[in-house]
Amino acid sequence: MKYLILIQSNPRSLAAWEAMSDDERMAFGRDHLRLSGEMADAGVLVASEGLADPSLATWVSVRDGRTIPSDGPYAEVKEHLAGFYLIDCPSREEAIAWAARVPDAATTQVEVRPILDMSGWEF
Amino acid sequence: MGVLTRIDDLLRTAAPQVLGAVVRRYGDFDTCEDAVQEALLAAARQWPAEGVPDDPRAWLIRVAARRRVEMLRSETARRRREALPPDPVPEVRGDDELTLLLLCCHPALTPVSQVALTLRAVGGLTTAEIARALLVPERTVGQRISRAKQRIRDSGARFAMPPDDELGARLTAVRQVLYLIFNEGSTASSGARLHRVELSTEAIRLARQLHARLPDDGEVAGLLALMLLTDARRPARTAPDGALVPLAEQDRSRWDATAIAEGVEIITAALSSTRLGPFQLQAAIAAIHDEATRPELTDWPQILRLYDLLRILAPGPMVTLNRVVALAEVEGPLVALGQLATAAAEPALAGHHRVAAVRAHLLEMAGDLAAARDEYRLAARRTLSLPEQRYLEARAARLR
Repeated sequence: MKYLILIQSNPRSLAAWEAMSDDERMAFGRDHLRLSGEMADAGVLVASEGLADPSLATWVSVRDGRTIPSDGPYAEVKEHLAGFYLIDCPSREEAIAWAARVPDAATTQVEVRPILDMSGWEF
Repeated sequence: MGVLTRIDDLLRTAAPQVLGAVVRRYGDFDTCEDAVQEALLAAARQWPAEGVPDDPRAWLIRVAARRRVEMLRSETARRRREALPPDPVPEVRGDDELTLLLLCCHPALTPVSQVALTLRAVGGLTTAEIARALLVPERTVGQRISRAKQRIRDSGARFAMPPDDELGARLTAVRQVLYLIFNEGSTASSGARLHRVELSTEAIRLARQLHARLPDDGEVAGLLALMLLTDARRPARTAPDGALVPLAEQDRSRWDATAIAEGVEIITAALSSTRLGPFQLQAAIAAIHDEATRPELTDWPQILRLYDLLRILAPGPMVTLNRVVALAEVEGPLVALGQLATAAAEPALAGHHRVAAVRAHLLEMAGDLAAARDEYRLAARRTLSLPEQRYLEARAARLR
């Protein structure tokens, strides 16, 4: 079963980050690195990345076969996706246990979402 | 059949035999498994260009044994010199494959590790192929395999047939792992499905080997029959757009008649000659569905009786729900709705999307379309299966 652990950036997480000392920020980053290493060693890691600032995002739409890229969003959004861990483990409980070790869980919170699969049930 | 496919098949069949021979000779499963994997990769590289050797197994054993010595040398060089065993070439022996399968499904391992190790050591798949099949990165599979081998080492498990009083429990674990591999074949995540080694086909191949080795084990026969009878419906189970087609609406002419005939023969023989078990009962139910050329010809009273037996031998939430569906066909949706209400109160089923899906189905049968629509929607929101979600939403939309 695959699960996505989502880490959001929002006013609360920014406030928590502002309140940290340099050493605490270093430790925070190291804990992320260590966690993905441990996920890999445990054979559960599929992918994990941190996302660049949303000001670098490009919004893409296609109209009449034409690709229209645009900068945005124009209005300041309060919350955006900052990073994720995609893991493959047998149970929701195990996914929650991994999520609890994401450093952000201790300062704000992280979200665990099951990934849809292609299993089918006949009745 | 092309040369490459033939070499591939040859290597996959030889893999467990070669590994069995080498482990039996040297004992260190961990290093032997790595050495055999490298011998298989070397063969896959060399044989297409240079031709298949006269005795492919002996070639693989020789290369694996040599590779193992090299591995140990580089290891002992780091520590201190150690006398290496002399090197007579090990031979292939008949019970090695079963011994190997039992070791890969050792109870000290987690199910994900059992699956990965079985596919590599017994199935002869490379780490890369397993990774593609399970849709996880190669490194993840590599870690699962090396952790599994470490667990085997730590547990002190040996490459030997377990004592008779343990064999039953160990075979139960083997059957479960093979069934897990079979089902893994149909539960890929909603992302890319391309380039997948067909895991259900691989599970059938392994179950077939196990059945040939243990023809008197009724549950192995039941497992193989269940796989064949389920897999036979695969061509009709999904629409061209990937949507799930329920049993009652499948184009039965697209079912695999050969697989059905084989499955029916195996389960019929097992039922009349061996002790009854859960896999046999599930296979018998699958056989009844497969033998009905039209949905209305399905022998539902017989299916209900089999579910009643299954509920005694192997009770579980899915058995309860499937029995309720069969009950509706025999005694009508209102009786079934009553029993569903009782079943839904069990902790294992509380909030489960399939309770909502079954309730929707029964309400639709009973003619309460508005309530059925709400339940289909509820089930669609709660399922983790993409085809099922689309199916349930389509069902709800149809009742508007």
